[in-house]
Formats: sequence, C-alpha cells, structure tokens
Amino acid sequence: MTKPIPLLSLQNITKRFGTLTANDAISLDLHEGEILALLGENGAGKTTLMNILFGHYVQDEGIVSVLGADGTLAPLPPGSPGAALGAGIGMVHQHFTLAENLSGLDNIRLGTEALLSFGQRQAARSKIANIIAESGLEVDLDRRVDSLTVGEKQRVEILKALYRDARVLILDEPTAVLTPQEAEGLFVVLRRLAANGLGVIFISHKLGEVLAVSHRIMVLRGGRKAGELTTADADRRAIADLMVGKAVAEVKRSRGNPGAPLLSLNKVSLGKPGQHMALHDVSFALKSGEVIGLAGVSGNGQTGIAALISGLAVPDAGTMTLFDQPITRASPRDLVQRGVARMPEDRQHDGVVGTMSVADNIAMEDIRSPGLSRFGLLDRKAMRARAKAAIADYDVRCPGPDAEARLLSGGNVQKLILARVLEREPRIILANQPTRGLDIGAQSEVHRRILAARDRGAAVIVISEDLDELFTLADRFLVIHAGHVVDAGPAETLDRSTIGLLMAGQSPIRETMAS
Amino acid sequence: MDVMLDIFGSANFWAAAIRIATPLIFGVLGALICERAGVLNLGIEGIFVAGAMAGWLAVYLGAGLWGGVLVAALAGAMFGLLHAVLTVILGLSQHVSGIGITLLATSVSYFTYRTALPSVTSPPRIVPFQPVTIPGLTDIPFIGPALFSQTPLTWLAVALVALVAFVLYRTPLGLAIRAVGDNPASVEAQGLSVRGLRIGAIVAGSALMALGGAFLTMSAFDAFFFGMVNGRGWICIALVVFASWQPGKALLGALLFGAFDAFQIRLQAEIGQVVPGQVFLMLPYLLSILALVLVARKADYPRALLQPWTKGQRH
Amino acid sequence: MSLRLDPRADASIGLRLAVSFASGLVALLIVAIPVMAAGGNPFSAYLLMAQGAFGSMFALSETLNRATPLILTGLAAAIAFRARLWNIGAEGQLYMGALAAVLVGSGFLQLPPALMIPAIMIAGFLAGGLMMVVPTILKQRFGADEVVITLLLNFVVILFVQMLIEGPLKDPLAMGWPQSVPLLAEARFDKLIPRLRTHWGLLVGLLAAILLWLMVRKTVLGFEIKAVGENKAAARFAGIPVDGTMLKVALISGGLAGLAGVGEVAGVKFYLSADLSPGFGYSGIVVAMLAGLSPIGSVLAAIFIAAVFVGADSMSRATGISSYIADLVVALSLLCVLVGSFFLRFRLILDNRKAEA
Repeated sequence: MTKPIPLLSLQNITKRFGTLTANDAISLDLHEGEILALLGENGAGKTTLMNILFGHYVQDEGIVSVLGADGTLAPLPPGSPGAALGAGIGMVHQHFTLAENLSGLDNIRLGTEALLSFGQRQAARSKIANIIAESGLEVDLDRRVDSLTVGEKQRVEILKALYRDARVLILDEPTAVLTPQEAEGLFVVLRRLAANGLGVIFISHKLGEVLAVSHRIMVLRGGRKAGELTTADADRRAIADLMVGKAVAEVKRSRGNPGAPLLSLNKVSLGKPGQHMALHDVSFALKSGEVIGLAGVSGNGQTGIAALISGLAVPDAGTMTLFDQPITRASPRDLVQRGVARMPEDRQHDGVVGTMSVADNIAMEDIRSPGLSRFGLLDRKAMRARAKAAIADYDVRCPGPDAEARLLSGGNVQKLILARVLEREPRIILANQPTRGLDIGAQSEVHRRILAARDRGAAVIVISEDLDELFTLADRFLVIHAGHVVDAGPAETLDRSTIGLLMAGQSPIRETMAS
Repeated sequence: MDVMLDIFGSANFWAAAIRIATPLIFGVLGALICERAGVLNLGIEGIFVAGAMAGWLAVYLGAGLWGGVLVAALAGAMFGLLHAVLTVILGLSQHVSGIGITLLATSVSYFTYRTALPSVTSPPRIVPFQPVTIPGLTDIPFIGPALFSQTPLTWLAVALVALVAFVLYRTPLGLAIRAVGDNPASVEAQGLSVRGLRIGAIVAGSALMALGGAFLTMSAFDAFFFGMVNGRGWICIALVVFASWQPGKALLGALLFGAFDAFQIRLQAEIGQVVPGQVFLMLPYLLSILALVLVARKADYPRALLQPWTKGQRH
Repeated sequence: MSLRLDPRADASIGLRLAVSFASGLVALLIVAIPVMAAGGNPFSAYLLMAQGAFGSMFALSETLNRATPLILTGLAAAIAFRARLWNIGAEGQLYMGALAAVLVGSGFLQLPPALMIPAIMIAGFLAGGLMMVVPTILKQRFGADEVVITLLLNFVVILFVQMLIEGPLKDPLAMGWPQSVPLLAEARFDKLIPRLRTHWGLLVGLLAAILLWLMVRKTVLGFEIKAVGENKAAARFAGIPVDGTMLKVALISGGLAGLAGVGEVAGVKFYLSADLSPGFGYSGIVVAMLAGLSPIGSVLAAIFIAAVFVGADSMSRATGISSYIADLVVALSLLCVLVGSFFLRFRLILDNRKAEA
C-alpha cells in the first residue's frame, strides 16, 4: 500500500542558539486525520520546532513543506506566521496570544481582514457559529477575553485557527492549565476534528495524556529525534526510556514524621470573589517534618496562598500564625528573618535580578544581616565567600560568582534560589512550581533538596500544576478550587482521578456524608 | 456670584474655551493613538513647538495656510518616525527617546527660527485662519458667536475626533492597533506586523500633535514666540489618561480643560488685584496633575504600554 | 552572508567610555550641518567654541562655573534613573532649593554667621528633596506617573517663584526689576580664584559626586537601589523595602537638584530671579545619560555640556550664528548616547554560514 502524501513534512530541521543546538536534523511527517504527539522533557526542543513550523523562528537548516491545493508538497517560506497561516497551519500557544481588551469575536477576526477596509463583522460571526456547531467549542464571543475562564480562552484560541481554515493544528502543552476532566473534554474535540480530516500535532511532556489521545508518538530528547512509534504498539516503559535516555535515580520518599504546626492559616479570606488571588475561609497548618502538596488548576487562588506565605499580602479576614505568633502586617523581610524560605513561581520575574551578579543575588535576602554588611556598608568579601560555597554546594553552573545572573539557565537559576533560601536552614519552605521548565536531572536535584529539608524538620508546602511531582513529594494533599481549600488527606490514600475531581470543585463519592 | 454669571454669560467665554481646547484636542488624539499602540511619546512638547514653527514659517514664506498645515504635519511625522525607529525598531527606552525628541525638536525649531529671522525686535506676523461663518448657525444669538465662529482648524480637530473613533472601533486597522497595545503576541500570531502597526501609529499620532502646535501660530495667534507652547504637550499626556484613551472622552476632556482655562483668565481680570496673576496661571497645571492622580488607579492602561517587546527571534 | 545581532554578555568599561565619548563627538559633528546652513564655516565655528570654552583662564573658569549646577542636576538625574524613578523635575527642584536659600539667607532668619552656609545648604537640599518626594508618594499611593507630574510641577514652581519675587520677597532696591532681596554676605559662596567666577559650589558638586559614587558601590542602600531599579518585583520578593528605598532616592535626587539652586544663588547671582536657570534641570538629564548614570562620569559629562554652552555663546557673539546651536548639540548627544547604548547590549556579527540546503 503506497503511503498517502503527507499534509505536512519537516525535513532535517536544525536550529542553533549560540552554542546550543535546540533542534538537530529533525524530520517529521503529518497525515490528514492524524493526531501526532510530540513528547519530550522540558528543554528537549519541542516548542522550538513548532515555533519554526509556525514561523516565529527561522531554521538554520532544513525545509518545511505543506501540501498545496494541487496535491503536491510545496516549501513554506520561513520566518513568517502570515505564510504559515496562509498555508493552513494554526497554532495554539502555551501562553495564549489573545488581546484581553477585545472580545472573542474580535480576537478571531484580528488579521483576517484587509487593514484598510471596513471589515465584515456579521459574516465573521456566522462563519464562526458554524465552526462552533461542528466542533463543539462553546464560548461566548462577545465577552471581553479578560473575563473568560482559562478553558474558554483556549477555545477561542482553537477557533482562531479553525476560522482561518487550518488544516494543521498545533497545540503547545494544552493541558497545563486544565483539570483532568477538562483535558478529557479537549481530547474529545481533537478526536472529532481529526475525524474531519484535520492534522493535529500536540506537544506534551505528560505520558499518560499522550497515550490517551494520539495515533502516533514522536519522542525528542536533547534536540534530536529519539524515537517514533504508533501509540497502539507503544509501551510506557519504552517511551519513558526514550524520553529520558540514561536512567535517572528515582527520588524515593520515605514516610514523613509530622510534628508541631509551624505556620497556620485559620479561616483566612483574601480579596474579592472572582479575583485570581481570592481565598475564602481557608484553614490549614504546615507541620514540621511534613510536605504538603497543594494541587489545583492555575488561577484558582494559589497566587493568594503564595502571596500570604511570602509576606506580600495579609488576610482580609481570619488569622495567620507563625511559630504561635500572629502575623499582622505584610513584610517579606520579616518572614525571611524569621526563617521562612520562599521560592517564587516565576523565577526570572520575581526570583533574581538578572543584571546583578550571582553573588549579589545569593546575598539579596540577607543583605542587612551582620554577616554580609556592617553599619550600612557591604562586606563584599563575605558575600563572595558565601557565594562560592553555595555555588559548590548546590552545583550552580555559572562562569563565577561575579557573573550576571541572567547568563544562567533556568535550572541553574532555580539552584541559585535554592542555595539562597536553604543556606539558612529555614523551618518553613514554600516551593512554588519548583521544577517548571527544568530538565529531568535538575528536577531530581530539586526534589532531593526539598525532601532533605523535610527530613531535617522543615515544614514544606509545594504548589504545583504537575500531579506527578506532587505525588513524588507530598505526604499530604490539599486541593484548591475557586479560592476554597479542601484537605484531601494522606497521599497514600489518594489517586489522580480523586484529586482531579477535587481540582474541578466536585467532591469524590467517598467524601459525601454517609446517611 | 455675579462674577460667575458675568463670565459664563458671555459668548466670548465659550468661544475662548473652544479655542483654548483645540490644540489640546489635536495633542490628546495624537498621544492617544501612540499609546493605544503601546508606545509613550514624550516628544509631544517638542513636536508642538516644531509644528508651530514649521507651519508658521511655511506660511510666512508664502505657502498658504493649508500648505503650512501640511508642512507642520510633515514635521511632526518626521520626528515621530525618529521616535518610532528608536523605540520600536531598536527597542530603546521610550522615556529617554521621548525627552530626546522634545529637546531636539525644540532646539531645531528655535535655531531655525533665529537663523531665518535673525534681527527682529517684535516677532513678525502672518495672516492667520479666520473664523468660519456657517450660514444659519452663526447667526443664532449667543450660541452662534459662542460655538459657531471658530476657525477651520477647530472644525478639523472635531472631525478628526470622529474619524479616529471610527477607525479605532469600526475598522480592522483600529482593531489591530487596539490589539497591539494590549498584547503584541496576539497580533504577531495572526500574521500581522507589530512593528508596522506601531510605527504607523506613532507617525500618524505625531502628525496630529504637530497640528496642535500649528494651531497656536496660525489660528490662536499669528506669530511664533519662544516658550509659547509652555507645557501644553505635557498637559495632553495627563489628559490622555483622564480620557481613558477614548477619542470621545478626549474631546470632552480638552473642552473641560479649555473651559477651566478660559474661566481662570477671566476670573483673573475680575479679581486680579487681590490674588496674584501667577496663582491663576498655575491652576491649569495643578488641575492636570489632579486629573491624573484621580484616575490613575483605575485607568485601563493599554497593557503593553512601555513594555519592551522583541519579535519571535529572527536569525 | 548576513548581519546578526547577538545579546552581549557584558559591556566593558572601555566600551562604555567609548560610547559616551563617541556620542559627544558625533553630536558635535552633526551640528556642522546647521552651522553651514546658517552660512557659517564649521571649522572656524568649532575653533571659536573651543577657545570660548577653554582658551583662557577666564574661559575655563566660566566653563567650570557653568558646569557646577550641571554636575549636581546630573547627579540628581543619575541616582533617580538608576532606581527607574523618572525625575524630570530637577528644574523645579533647583528653584525650590534657591528659594529656600533666599528665605534662610537674606536676613529673615537670625543665625550666627558661621552657620549661614550650612543652613542654606540644608534648607536647599530639603526643599528640593521634598519637591521630589511628593510626586513619588503620589506614584506609590495613586499609581500616577511621576514623569508628567514632575514636568508639570516645573511650571508651577517657576510661577510660584515669580509670585514671591514680585510680592513678599521683592527687592525694593532693584529699581522695579523683579528679583528677590539679596543674600547676606555670610550666606554667599566665596570664589575659588580671585577675580574669576568659579565658586565653592564646584567643590560641593565634586564632593557630592564622590559621596554618591561611594554610596552606589559600597553601601547597602546603593545595593538596594540597584536591585529596585533593575527588577522591582524580585527586590520586593527578596525583602528589600521598595517603597522606602524609592523615597530615599527621591529625597537625595531632589536634594541634589536643590543644592544646584543654592549654588547658583549663593555663588553666582546672590539673588533669586525667574531666569536663574536656563534649563539646568533638563540638561542634567543629558549629563546623566552621557555619563551612563555614573557619578564620576557625571562630572566629566557636565564639563563637556558646560563647555558646549559657554563655547557656543562665545562663538555666537563672534559669528552671529544662533547660540541655540548648543541646545542642538545637547539634544543630539542624548539621542546619540541612547543609540550607543544599543551597542552596549548587542554586538553586530557578520554571519558567514552556508545557506540552508
């Protein structure tokens, strides 16, 4: 049987950023009606490859070809999203590319009509209505995008592509912001679209999802194609090995030994309903020697919890106590000095000052402490010594303590932050998305440090969108939804679907009162 | 109380209010277009000066009034293009570039004026725009002289408010501009050029700003004085926030400000013996600061304003 | 073959100096065009400017005299911009400092002579500082941009000064000319060199530059200012008191500009008038940018800008070419150094790689 001509063909795509080869001679074919999963760890090169396909980046070598109207493959001019869109390629980016001040309808129309014309709102509206009916992507087109939920915004993004008659749809980590149940809903839509002839490429680092929805899997590792298989024949173990390459020691978590509560929230409320930081009547305690995992879809109030524990906010109602003393005012410095270690969610934005040196960044939280300054004058020798020790201890790869922090890779920035906050042997640790964007080696490193801190008696709370990570680290689970926090209990008693239901705000059956 | 009635009851007051508002209408519209696209243009003060000088000089040298208007707009567009190159293409600081443009446009204008007309005791004058009479409307008692005896540039300003509003809210171009000032990635992902849109917006906005200056020398007055712009450009930047980046509110804000300024001038004539003149002159600036402070918290700033942006990497 | 821009890992001191020098030089070169357009010969114009700025002891002292307030307003802008606090109000802060000096030093206050000079300096510093602290508080409380507010306040302050000069502070002996009562003798800065106009204010400026340099490099406050200016969110997260730090910067910045005003009144004119400053505040911004926000560099940049103004004045008297040429040089210097900063961030690379297969 001759193979049908593919819808899309990438040949020997290579892309380098300085000395880093992000994509190394990768070739890929996509056929009509096929769902191809592009799988790989963070940093494997998946997003780079798709950015080349969509025209955000220009490849250094290789050709992208798309099936034309005449039935043959024609090369796609590189570096132009406009050309990609014209050839029928649509992309749903990981961070949505929507104008929040405009409605869904306007976002979909954007760029589709000649700029110097009067536009066709009505015609657009009816075409989109048809697409919504066919695909099942329900969304209110006239509401401002900033008032839509994350799931609804994603639907607008997909509609954008379908409106432009996309024949190929690329989705970059689409389930990162969805509950397990919402992700299922998305997969239903994707299967329907594929059945209608659409080709789908779906980037993920989550093995389970990939097995659930794809026809074919391509694994990338270190910028190269590590393997390609049909999903039906795929074996979990084999794929995991392809993704990771060498065996990495799995982090083993011993049973925790919870002790006294160190930080507690008692009926804490924050903000107004509907704000992404809002919290209602939240109560929980962080106990020494215990890791609490806070699960939840992003945007349900985790930012509020993080802000409270970081000292960037105080409760509007309820109380917070730290070592049995109430916290009354917001002060990050105060909390730092009392032994609370915080790792920020966005490490480039909130974690380091990129143009200051590694040594400066390591010293930043304690700059006024007697060890690093005296009478307002900096003790640079002490700062350098401390930095050198931390760099060695935490394996922070950098040109030296005086190098600017912005030169460090994501993993090393995270190690710098770990060095900064763990050096002081803190008693309470907030780890917010601690391994986002890190490769598997750096992830284990971070996990090991967190568990070691727990074993020393620290109370740890890990906020993460990655359920696998939480199952690795947590002794006990809390689940947050729409600002309410539910205690799900010890990790041993839980499974993914139970947590998934709680993340969606539904109680699993066993939680209801027995009559 | 009688003082107030005296002032508000005079048709001249209302005519003056509109006249004072006109340069501000141009300026606020121009700044609004730039900022909607995501770029702050602090060159506005200097562009006002450039428009004032270039337009006036063109007329003085024989170009005719509308020729002068065109020259002024071109001068503004030129400085706008420079600002666009520095901020959009080279990605340099919008604050510093704007201040640099103001200094450059002002010094170029002053130098050119001084060099073209080296030895003058009092500034030479041109024949400015004359008030336009509209058959029927201008003859209405009180309302006629109050509202309908303005020069063509004022009518142009009002027409531009309508035009800018129409383009911004009812055309794909306006949609793209509103999108690029909120999230440039949204525009790029739809195949449009962020740079093209922003450069176009800045050039168009700067041309409008220059018309504000031209109004001063070709309509409100008939000569060019050093220091005549006197902070109007900065006041426009404050008024844009107050107008929430909407053309209709921009017109309203400019008119309110014009009314206030006309009021303070006439009040000074009435009670100027008791209160020093400078107090009255301070009021417009203080009012602008107050307006800015009051609305800043809730202002619906274009999200991408002042944010540095780099294209998805090319080569 | 193609041109590519790569982000630079760091920019050496040598490169920064080169960019600053090149900016001044390019600005001077570009200005040859307007000089020719005005019918002049650029070479003789440059020569006259150089002579007017440096050609004699008198010229040199005039340049240094002119540089004195520019050093201080340059430092004011430099420290503020380092914290991303856009202080465009140095002009107004300068006048407030001058006003405070007159209020304290012209006889309304009875003070022992030895304390007069410290008193006017402290008063001037505080007055200028307050003028910047207020907009900073408005920004922190109400989110109102300090750029526009400080700009508009410049106009308000000058009107305020005019009001006082024509009113309560008016000098009855000045034959109707609007100027303030003069400073007492003990409140005046002595000359550094007899019969030349350079005064003690210059030493104040130099000392301020050194102190600021020490502060920036060696103190905790300097560290905090850098962190807040480079990444406010990360600084806040790490426990640095962002608002408090900004207020300190505002006080220092406004205070330095205030001292510039004190120097002009106490060292040059001895009374306050509305034309005390021909834009020293705004020129200070250009000084700071040319210096790359460096305190020591600000001294050199201030001397350069002062030389341009003094030289242009002298050249203008000789040739009739408008002295606004100096303002052109200043404006072009700012734009050149801005463009130059681009090359500090990126390096231009000629790419010889093979074309794609």
